[in-house]
Amino acid sequence: MTSRQFMRVRADMPPGHVRTPAYLRGKCGWVERTLGPFPNPEELAYGHHGHPLPLLRIRFTMAELWGSAAEHPDDTLDAEIYAHWLEKVDAPHAP
Amino acid sequence: MPHDHHDHLSPSGHPYRPDGDRPLTYWQQMEIAIRELLIEKGVTTAAEINAQINAMDARSPANGAAVVARAWTDPAFRADLLADASAASRAMGYDIGPMRLIAVENTADVHNVIVCTLCSCYPRNLLGLPPDWYKSRAYRSRTVKEPRNVLAEFGVTLPDRTTVRVHDSTADMRYIVIPARPGGTDGWSAGDLAPLVTRDSMIGTGLAKRPAV
Repeated sequence: MTSRQFMRVRADMPPGHVRTPAYLRGKCGWVERTLGPFPNPEELAYGHHGHPLPLLRIRFTMAELWGSAAEHPDDTLDAEIYAHWLEKVDAPHAP
Repeated sequence: MPHDHHDHLSPSGHPYRPDGDRPLTYWQQMEIAIRELLIEKGVTTAAEINAQINAMDARSPANGAAVVARAWTDPAFRADLLADASAASRAMGYDIGPMRLIAVENTADVHNVIVCTLCSCYPRNLLGLPPDWYKSRAYRSRTVKEPRNVLAEFGVTLPDRTTVRVHDSTADMRYIVIPARPGGTDGWSAGDLAPLVTRDSMIGTGLAKRPAV
């Protein structure tokens, strides 16, 4: 699995229309596939031109999301996250 | 007990539902105002709006069932569907508009289930309107945290060795699950198989029906 590109979702909590679920912020996963580009929904929501952004499907383990409360640690959750919410990381776990 | 006399039950035995004679909410008024303005300014017409409503009402899970049944019987189509589900659905003749669809396949090792935690994104342009429970806060919040418990409540109990993959439909893509083809259907045509494909099996909260013995 050395080819996995791990990403961390930014842990920010900005106001306004955001399509990055709060429960994924600060969490690390890997790129399942890259989609887009799609117009940035955070700009579209306010009537602005939506700048095109890559949209990445990030796969998280349930262990990463819920820790010891995970129902089954190896189950996964995939979500679509816009590129500006992601930063490349080496380690598979959030600090 | 349909013939018991209770004030809160109709003659058919179902509870009466209040008529909802309330004033329009803010957002209902806003919808009507915008719709009337769009018509008044010639941006759209009442006939076009009705045509869109009729087109949406005409979509049903039967469309998705036909897609799944074909994927079960036509390996080249299955490959196309997994590569680009929008293009494959259009090629089958379904008018899915601008919808971008991803198909995820259940196998002996993997079970997929779809949810939208942010709102209620659903592949309406193929499957029609979503079930009410899909939009409920309980389904949306619990499926990402305890999918196996949620699935068990739908009657789907999965062995530990099966990996559950939850797909949170957070942005531009919509999802359809290709359920596992039930046993005992060798040699069946796509037309025979389609009735086994339920709406819930394409959301991942159900399995395809087994053939009647």
